[in-house]
Amino acid sequence: MNILLAFIIITAMGLLLGLGLAFVAKKLAVAKNEVQEKIEAALPGANCGSCGFAGCSAYAEAISTDKNTPLNLCTPGGADVAKAVGVIMGQEVEVSSKKKVAYVFCNGNCDVTNKDFDYQGVTDCNAAALLFDGDNTCKEGCLHLGSCIDVCPVEAISKDAKGDIVVDRELCISCGKCVDICPHNVIKLVDDDSQYVVACNNHESGAKVRKECSVGCIGCKICEKKFPESGCTVDKFLSTFDNDKPHSQIAEAAEACPSKCIVKRR
Amino acid sequence: MSIIAILITYIFISNFILVQFLGMCPFIGVSKNSESALGMGMAVTFVTSIASVVTWAVYTLLLAPFGLEYLRTVAFILVIAALVQVVELVIRKISPPLYKALGIYLPLITTNCAVLGIAIINIDQDYGCLQSFFAGLAAGLGFTLAIVLMSNIREKLDLAPVRKSFKGVPIAFISACLMALAFMAFDKSLLTNLHLV
Repeated sequence: MNILLAFIIITAMGLLLGLGLAFVAKKLAVAKNEVQEKIEAALPGANCGSCGFAGCSAYAEAISTDKNTPLNLCTPGGADVAKAVGVIMGQEVEVSSKKKVAYVFCNGNCDVTNKDFDYQGVTDCNAAALLFDGDNTCKEGCLHLGSCIDVCPVEAISKDAKGDIVVDRELCISCGKCVDICPHNVIKLVDDDSQYVVACNNHESGAKVRKECSVGCIGCKICEKKFPESGCTVDKFLSTFDNDKPHSQIAEAAEACPSKCIVKRR
Repeated sequence: MSIIAILITYIFISNFILVQFLGMCPFIGVSKNSESALGMGMAVTFVTSIASVVTWAVYTLLLAPFGLEYLRTVAFILVIAALVQVVELVIRKISPPLYKALGIYLPLITTNCAVLGIAIINIDQDYGCLQSFFAGLAAGLGFTLAIVLMSNIREKLDLAPVRKSFKGVPIAFISACLMALAFMAFDKSLLTNLHLV
C-alpha cells in the first residue's frame, strides 16, 4: 500500500510539474527573430568585437532591428560574409576587398636593443609600460611580453625562438584587438599583399636611435630621396612604406637602408 | 535559531563551498573572471532562496503527512529542476538583458548540489518556512561571496609567475584550500559571542 502511495505521489508530481512547465512555456513564449538568427548563422561566430558590437549575436540583432546599421562591419568575415548578410537583408553591400593583417613594426630584441634596466614585474606589456615606458632604451619598440598573444581570439600571434612576436598571416582575422592592447602601438594592420614593411616605430632623431637600437630607422631619407619609386616616405624621422604608391624600387631601397629596417615580410 | 543567526551561520560559519564543500563544480568552473562569477552567484542565490521555500512546502504538506519522508531526494530534485526551468522562462520573458547576462549558468544550477544541499539541511534542522527562506538566501550569499573572492584571486593568479606544473586549476585548488583554512576562523562560538544563541 505504502509503495503504491509513493508511486502515485511521485508520478502525480512529475505529471503536474511537466504539465505546468508546458503551460508556462506556452504562456511565456518569446517570439524569435528569424532574420537575426539567419544573420548570426552567416557571421563567423568568433565574437571578436571588431564590428564595434559586443559579439556576433549583438551585431546580428543590431542589423535586424536597426535599418541604418552598416552590413560590412565584419572584418574577419570579409567580403563573403558581407555579401551573405546583404542577401539575407535584400540589400547591396559595398565591400572593400583588401585583406589586412596585423604586423609588429619592430625588429628589436635583446641582442640589438639596449636596456635601461632589468624588468622583473608581471608579464604584461601594459604593466611594463607603466614603469618608465618599459625596460628598453627605445621607448616606442616592442616589449616582447606578449599581451597581444593573450588577447588574440584566434591564436594567430606567437613568439618565435628568438623571442620576437610573429603574426601568422593565414590565421589573422584583422580584428584589431592586438592593435588596441599594445601600449606602444607597435603592432599595426598592413595590407596582406604588401611585400615590404619598415619594421620600426621610433620617431626620435637618428643620433638618438643609434644609441638605443642597431636596427632602428634613423630617418636618413635614403629610401625616399635615392629611390623615389620605393613607396617610402619619411615623417618625424621614421620611414613608412605605402603599398598603394608605386614601389618598383623597394627591393633596392631595402638593400641600401643603413640599419636594414626595411624588411621583406615573413 | 533567529534569522540573523541563520544568515551568519550559512554565509560564514558553514559556508557552502569553503566549509561544506558543496557546489564545487561551478566554483572552479565559473570563477575565471569576476563578472561571470558574480552572475553565477546571483543566479544561485535566487534559486536557493525560492527552492528552499518550495521544497519545504513539498516536504511538510505532501511527503510528511503520508509518511513518505524517504522520497525527499527524488522529490526535491524533481521540484528544483522544474523550478529552475520556470525561473529561466520567466526571466527570458520579463528581462532579456538579465537572461543574457546569466546565460548558460541558469540551467546549470539544476545540477548544483548546493541547491539540493540547502533543501535537505532545512528539513534536517526542522526549520520553518521563513527560516528556510533565509537559510536558502544565506547559502546563496555565502556561495556568491566565495566564488567572487575566488574569481578575483584567479584573475591575479593569471598575471603571477606560477610554475608551469601548477598553472590553471592546480593553483586554484591550492588557493581554495587556503581560503577554506581562513574560513575556519568563523566558529560556532561566534554566535555565542555575539549573543545570538
